[in-house]
Amino acid sequence: MNAVLKAVNLVKIYQDGAVPVPAVRGVDLQVEPGEFVAIMGPSGSGKSTLVHMLGGLDTRTSGEIWLDGKRADTLSESAWALLRRKKIGFVFQFFNLVTNMTVGDNVELPALLAGASPKVARERRESLLAALNLTDRADAAPAQLSGGEQQRVALARALANQPSLLLADEPTGNLDSRNTRDVLRLLSEVHKEGQTIIMVTHDARVASLADRLVSLFDGEIVDDGRIARRRTGTAGEVIDLR
Amino acid sequence: MRLHLLALLAKEPAHGYELKQALEQTFGSAYPSPNIGQIYVTLGRLEKDGLVRAVDVEQSNRPNKKVYYLTAKGRDVLTTWVDEPTEGPRVRDEFFMKLVLAPLTGIADRMALINRQRRHYLGIMSDLNDLLSRTAPTDRVAILLIEGAMLHLQADLDWLERCQEDLA
Repeated sequence: MNAVLKAVNLVKIYQDGAVPVPAVRGVDLQVEPGEFVAIMGPSGSGKSTLVHMLGGLDTRTSGEIWLDGKRADTLSESAWALLRRKKIGFVFQFFNLVTNMTVGDNVELPALLAGASPKVARERRESLLAALNLTDRADAAPAQLSGGEQQRVALARALANQPSLLLADEPTGNLDSRNTRDVLRLLSEVHKEGQTIIMVTHDARVASLADRLVSLFDGEIVDDGRIARRRTGTAGEVIDLR
Repeated sequence: MRLHLLALLAKEPAHGYELKQALEQTFGSAYPSPNIGQIYVTLGRLEKDGLVRAVDVEQSNRPNKKVYYLTAKGRDVLTTWVDEPTEGPRVRDEFFMKLVLAPLTGIADRMALINRQRRHYLGIMSDLNDLLSRTAPTDRVAILLIEGAMLHLQADLDWLERCQEDLA
């Protein structure tokens, strides 16, 4: 099977002032269909820069990015944007919803942009809103929603174009624990349905949903391995008194 | 288990089997089902130390049962336990010792230790996530225990990140 995403020796150097600042220094990463990869690391380790590059929101300095077996980084900006609309869903910490559009339209738009017919886009909107318990909020403005609801809308929007790859950057970054739980459940569900996910997070609960953990440090991958699950039993058996 | 039994006896006198049931009801799945033998051994020691006393209660067609009640000394010990602040988290744990000592030995470097430990903690977190989803919403005590364990793990992971930053 083809990898959903492949990055080869990916480098990003920011050149703000006189001194070039390397943010990502030669990352190799391959993600298979259906995999859920969490990316962790201290702030400044290059996590956000990496996923922004993978999603085409930031240009790479050198290296290669392949999406569904197609080289993406050499595309023109507009061709990259087109590919992104079709193949990638993005969830950010700050939901980035279009404030003067309804919740429903926010979800429907990406499907339309990706080239779905109005009928298909509408169906997709309705099934996603229903799945996320947001049907009765479809006509509301994003600002009328709680943070957790807005993040669910953002997730629905990211999934509207049925992306090959869902990229998430701190999706629970400013949510309280109840709202985090909602987003957690949804991520877990879409992952079970086979959605490929790459997610940057500091939140251990969210990260623990992943199959695989990539640790970044100083712009490089310093660890890449599976998250092993071990124990079953009741709370009293699993959690020891110390 | 000594103080747990004293606390239950402060509520009302009880025999051994009632204490086992009371622990199960109070904690739900948050406490492994206690062994009845262990409860009787503990009660015997508490009695020897003068913290509880037992009276024989006659039963028709059955051997007498021993009902335990708290003594004034037992109540003092219990009050001291409740009133004292509980020790904070112990961060100089096994991993901390490895982290400090391993680089000296050349067996492993700190980066490798931290990375391995991070994945281990996330594996535990994943188990806790499963556990939480399998725990009935009515099992409040167990849910609090699981959430507490999750917050501790998050702190441990944040601290690993802090250790890693120190390697720069």
